[in-house]
Amino acid sequence: MRAPSEAVLVLQDGRTFRGQAYGAIGETVGEAVFCTAMTGYQETLTDPSYRRQVVVMTSPHIGNTGINDEDGESRQVWVAGFVVRDPARVPSSWRSRRTLGEELQTQGVVGISGVDTRALTRHLRERGSMCVGISSTSTDADALLAKVRQAPPMAGADLVDEVTTPHAYVVPAVGQRLFTVAAIDLGIKAMTPTLLAERGIEVHVLPATSTIEDVLSVEPDGVFFSNGPGDPATAMHPTELLRQVLARRIPYFGICFGNQILGRALGLGTYKLKYGHRGINQPVKDLTTGKVEVTSHNHGFAVAWPGREHGHSAIETEFGRAVVTHVCLNDDVVEGLALLDAPAFSVQYHPEAASGPHDAAYLFDRFIQVMEAERDA
Amino acid sequence: MPRRDDIASVLVIGSGPIVIGQAAEFDYSGTQACRVLRSEGLRVILINSNPATIMTDPDVADATYIEPITPEFIEKVIAHERPDALLATLGGQTALNAAVDLAAAGVLERYGVELIGASIEAIDKGENRETFKKIVESLPARWEAEVASSAICHSMQECLSAADALGYPVVVRPSFTMGGSGSGMAYDAHDLRRIAGAGLAASPTTEVLLEESILGWKEYELEVMRDKADNVVIVCSIENLDPMGVHTGDSITVAPAMTLTDREYQRMRDVAIGVIREVGVDTGGCNIQFAVHPDNGRLVVIEMNPRVSRSSALASKATGFPIAKIAAKVAIGYTLDEIPNDITAKTPASFEPTLDYVVVKVPRFAFEKFPAADPTLTTHMKSVGEAMAIGRNFTEALNKALRSLERPQAVFSWVGEPGDKDDLLQRSRTPHDGRLSLVMDAIRAGASTEEIFDATAIDPWFVDQLMLINEVAATVAGADELTPAMLRLAKRHGLSDAQIGGLRDLREDVVRGVRHALGVRPVFKTVDTCAAEFAARTPYHYSCYDEESEVQPRTKPAVLILGSGPNRIGQGIEFDYSCVHAALALSDAGYETVMVNCNPETVSTDYDTSDRLYFEPLTLEDVLEVFHAEQAAGPVAGVVVQLGGQTPLALAAALEAEGAPIVGTSPAAIDLAENRGEFGRVLAAAGLPAPKHAMATSFTHAKAIAHEIGYPVLVRPSYVLGGRGMEIVYDDDALADYIGRSTHISPDHPVLVDRFLDDAVEIDVDAIFDGETLYLGGVMEHIEEAGVHSGDSSCTLPPITLGREEIERIRTSTEAIARGVGVLGLLNVQYALTSDVLYVLEANPRASRTVPFVSKATAVPLAKAAARVMLGESIESLRLAGVLPMHGDGGDLSPDAPVAVKEAVMPFNRFRTFEGKAVDTVLGPEMRSTGEVMGIDARFGTAFAKAQAGAQDGLPTSGQVFVSVANRDKRHMIFPIKRLADLGFEILATSGTAAILHRNGVESTVIRKLREEHAAGEQRPRSIVDKIFDGEIGLIVNTPHGVTSGGSPRVDGYEIRTAAVARNVPCITTVQGLGAAVQGIEALLAGDIGVRSLQDWAALLQADGEVGRGH
Repeated sequence: MRAPSEAVLVLQDGRTFRGQAYGAIGETVGEAVFCTAMTGYQETLTDPSYRRQVVVMTSPHIGNTGINDEDGESRQVWVAGFVVRDPARVPSSWRSRRTLGEELQTQGVVGISGVDTRALTRHLRERGSMCVGISSTSTDADALLAKVRQAPPMAGADLVDEVTTPHAYVVPAVGQRLFTVAAIDLGIKAMTPTLLAERGIEVHVLPATSTIEDVLSVEPDGVFFSNGPGDPATAMHPTELLRQVLARRIPYFGICFGNQILGRALGLGTYKLKYGHRGINQPVKDLTTGKVEVTSHNHGFAVAWPGREHGHSAIETEFGRAVVTHVCLNDDVVEGLALLDAPAFSVQYHPEAASGPHDAAYLFDRFIQVMEAERDA
Repeated sequence: MPRRDDIASVLVIGSGPIVIGQAAEFDYSGTQACRVLRSEGLRVILINSNPATIMTDPDVADATYIEPITPEFIEKVIAHERPDALLATLGGQTALNAAVDLAAAGVLERYGVELIGASIEAIDKGENRETFKKIVESLPARWEAEVASSAICHSMQECLSAADALGYPVVVRPSFTMGGSGSGMAYDAHDLRRIAGAGLAASPTTEVLLEESILGWKEYELEVMRDKADNVVIVCSIENLDPMGVHTGDSITVAPAMTLTDREYQRMRDVAIGVIREVGVDTGGCNIQFAVHPDNGRLVVIEMNPRVSRSSALASKATGFPIAKIAAKVAIGYTLDEIPNDITAKTPASFEPTLDYVVVKVPRFAFEKFPAADPTLTTHMKSVGEAMAIGRNFTEALNKALRSLERPQAVFSWVGEPGDKDDLLQRSRTPHDGRLSLVMDAIRAGASTEEIFDATAIDPWFVDQLMLINEVAATVAGADELTPAMLRLAKRHGLSDAQIGGLRDLREDVVRGVRHALGVRPVFKTVDTCAAEFAARTPYHYSCYDEESEVQPRTKPAVLILGSGPNRIGQGIEFDYSCVHAALALSDAGYETVMVNCNPETVSTDYDTSDRLYFEPLTLEDVLEVFHAEQAAGPVAGVVVQLGGQTPLALAAALEAEGAPIVGTSPAAIDLAENRGEFGRVLAAAGLPAPKHAMATSFTHAKAIAHEIGYPVLVRPSYVLGGRGMEIVYDDDALADYIGRSTHISPDHPVLVDRFLDDAVEIDVDAIFDGETLYLGGVMEHIEEAGVHSGDSSCTLPPITLGREEIERIRTSTEAIARGVGVLGLLNVQYALTSDVLYVLEANPRASRTVPFVSKATAVPLAKAAARVMLGESIESLRLAGVLPMHGDGGDLSPDAPVAVKEAVMPFNRFRTFEGKAVDTVLGPEMRSTGEVMGIDARFGTAFAKAQAGAQDGLPTSGQVFVSVANRDKRHMIFPIKRLADLGFEILATSGTAAILHRNGVESTVIRKLREEHAAGEQRPRSIVDKIFDGEIGLIVNTPHGVTSGGSPRVDGYEIRTAAVARNVPCITTVQGLGAAVQGIEALLAGDIGVRSLQDWAALLQADGEVGRGH
């Protein structure tokens, strides 16, 4: 066996792990987060919400099915770094086109393998998310630590502009067009317009910088805000845009970042979770039906609901009464919001899945119903 | 939605005796269910005929019926207990079939019992192939779920024409059978006649499914859980390393699935959930199997089980998500989000476990017990047990699992030359036990991933992992010296110290010494259901060579209990029973209990059983590392090795040498009992006779001994469990043949030659000795004569023909042996009584197979008491503490005490010879049973009849009896056969037997055996075999004729006995068994047989004890 070159991983608090170089040779710094999904690393890597994050995969074997041409969720790999324990040497899938290692090299993503990912995960769980550096060019942990400590924190980071599409584009409806939706790309995953289009929606994906005029120009039946990276508190422009949408009573559906923006547009706060939700096994209860769905999550921030100790009772907002519609059963984090007096709702998690279970796909149908009801009204 | 308040009592049906395809996993699931239901305040009524289970412990249910699992007996229990509900989804196919029968007979309706878990309709939809196919085809088209093309057939003619339409090979699957019984792959019409014939016979609905072959496709399973609010979660995905064509129970399986993209996995998940909804399993767990075409991803749904299964037990252990426990909770009305996840305590059960480790399960086979059987693996399950291992990656988990099997040939070895590549590849084409080692040898011989995939269809990812192991081995072999980095590399891919030693020509202990000196030791991680996202509350650990250990310090003294490893014939669930009892008893006594075991089927590996669980191989290396970790965590009061059978016992001396405090009987004393010479001196000192015997180190030596002792002699290798390799030989030729086959004979591996006591009554004793006082747990009298292995023999407790004086002799002898050997804890002694001489056959200073049976029969928890004796308590103090009865013991039961009969259950119907015929069923000194049942009643005949009904289809009360006995038995069979004739049976006999019966005034019809010749052109007369196959015979009495030579049974009677197995006709092969059967039939004819719970029997025993004893 050839001895692979060494690599080092250093956390902001000084904890150091040594392993082997994986992917591109180089040095990287980002926020360390862990993802507990056992499948779907290709979708994870290409999810723009992971911008500037170093993702630790808790599942030990990564790369087993290689990289294919269908499962990417965007045009590139976004993670700032990738930490795995046992990368596959030989991928096995009839759809595989190249190995994950090759893909990371091609895209210049620095990774590390062979580290005790469980110890690292437990550390992040106990101490919270923090900055991390990986280097496969130097094994000098002290030098790397100095760089890690200079890195900007995720709280306060405005990253949407780094991931949004530069140009508007259209995803045509499958079959007959029933509705038109303006989808604001704050870091959108490809599966979202796909699922909207499958339901007869013509999706106009618009850059994050779009104005209300840009939105209105596509004559939308509804407006959609996608997931995306960074701290929602910095997303001034999207929040203002959404307020204008709500003021016009255009049906609204938001996912992830889009949920946080709805919260902020309603005047609620957002806060950073200790270590976030990243995985595809999270139990979420739909409070409107009592049903539990197993869902895909990728969020480090959440909406703060006022007076949580009194439950999730409706509150008054500028746009009428708002309620919590979904909560995570693991930790009671707010996972969904809706307005009772306006056609707007959102969820903190990922009904488009990719990766993850399809339990929450009904939310896209709910969006259709909301648009139908509004059109009929 | 809290639990339903309209249910106050539930009847739970267990799975009966351990058989291939239905083993200890149902004790695990049933025990969990009973405990959950009781903790919810429900009255739990249990029926299970298997006494070796934890679930039949009287404190697990409110009323425990050790009665046959037949509709008749279940109805009696229902009539007596009047439960509100019946839960049948936790007792395997046996319980499910019983529930279907009860519903069909109108019993449930008559008594107003509601079936909870899965409805009859759902059971039928899931199991009926035609409706199941419709369900799969009704799923949304975009999921592209298919079933394999197939045809339902009810006759051979239908089978033949369907196969022509589908094209050979075709898969044959009978409906409503368990463990793939009666199924197989037919490559041509000849195969089809054989397999489908057996399948039609095995199916209770005379229905088989023929299916297009999906041989070689990737195989997956999902474990699904649903509640009444339609919340559904996937608990675990499992991928089979062996592709389609090998029964999943016989496959090496891996959790989680390794080679699926998220899209494929989620599609499978959607289909699974769609199926469970359509089938309508309202609540509980179910298992669904898939095949995926490796070239294009075509997804075929193979089958679903609307109940908890073997895979559910595996999935529970693999994930920490207790499927049976949750299934029981949702069955009584809870929804998943209302049930906490035990492991985290803070999060609910309505999530999907995620793993940050890899689990590998490997099957354990017993082909050495059935030398005539074809070891090819098919869709018909043949393994008798399994081992599971957890590692941080696949290579580590696989190597740990392979060494957990305790079979030297299962572990990868790089010693010697691998052999010819093409030959190895050719031999790897057919799946069989040990194929993986051949594949590794082919890799060593230079085979490429493609070549191995072409030969085996094992997924290239798995093949590459094997390549990786081989490369690591080469690195180890080629390194200049053992460095920490190199050892760490080897360890991270699961190589044991012994394997490293083999690669470097070093002894295992030398490697260990170097490794320890270099500080290369494992850490222990936790199975936590959530990949460390939340803190785990339950210390369920596995070893790996990562950085950080999660073993918590403790202050209470710990006791390590070593389990018994994978189930095998001779070492099964009975030993797990004793280990579990020790854990419970020692926990009560204030110790922190630490279980070490690697068998996923068992109760001992439930994280709830002990304070800490280490899911680790039971090898010296792995156990020493656990000991080391626990020693670092706090004081270790002792290591218990005498409860898990031969596996931990074999480690005792080495563990002691490494400083582990072995409690109970010392390793030296254990050795003494195993050593014929030293044990002989103990017997001589106590004046106890033993059959003449000696130890031979060569054939010449053995022959000389045999001539001195006189034939017949019993020959066997030293140090055996379950009679491995034991035979009775009658002459020099047979002896030569035995020695020739037993290739290991040498001064290091001597062969024992014993005088064989013809016509002796064999007696088994279980006792506890505390150094001063003996507690005689029970005296069991075998029904078969000596020569049949005690594990295969039926026995009765109390002994039915032994008097008080004989039992006192047994007590005195047992105490002398206990004292002489130096026993502290349990002792099992086997005696043979002949001509009023009590011979000592052997003594085992450890828990025996019969401990649970004795405990149930006498209502005394022997293993619990023994565990406390091992840690220093006395019999006297245990009497005072109420663990043992205040007065008396199992040797002086009152005459009114119930009679318990144990009957063995044999796996003959699972095996076929290379020619496709059934294997012979004659009992001998080699143990071959997989499980046991107990019948308990006030009188022997009734208890025996119950045991027969529990073990097989039960004794007939009318009809035809076929009799053909060996000459030496003819004298003894006259009276019982006459009695059968008097009871109204029609007697059929072979000519010789018929003549003797005629002279004694018993008229019988002469019938031909199959092998009798008939003249050319003559109409072939119907033979007995034909009549058996046509279901005309109710009972067969066939004792083997003459002497067997070379271990191969005489053809005489072979076809009759195998036909009996195929048609499930009771077949009695000893005269003693015939006597018992006649008593049983008389009891059946005498009228209504009642049922009584163990709790009621215990109350009776206790009342008796107070009145009758105390003298």
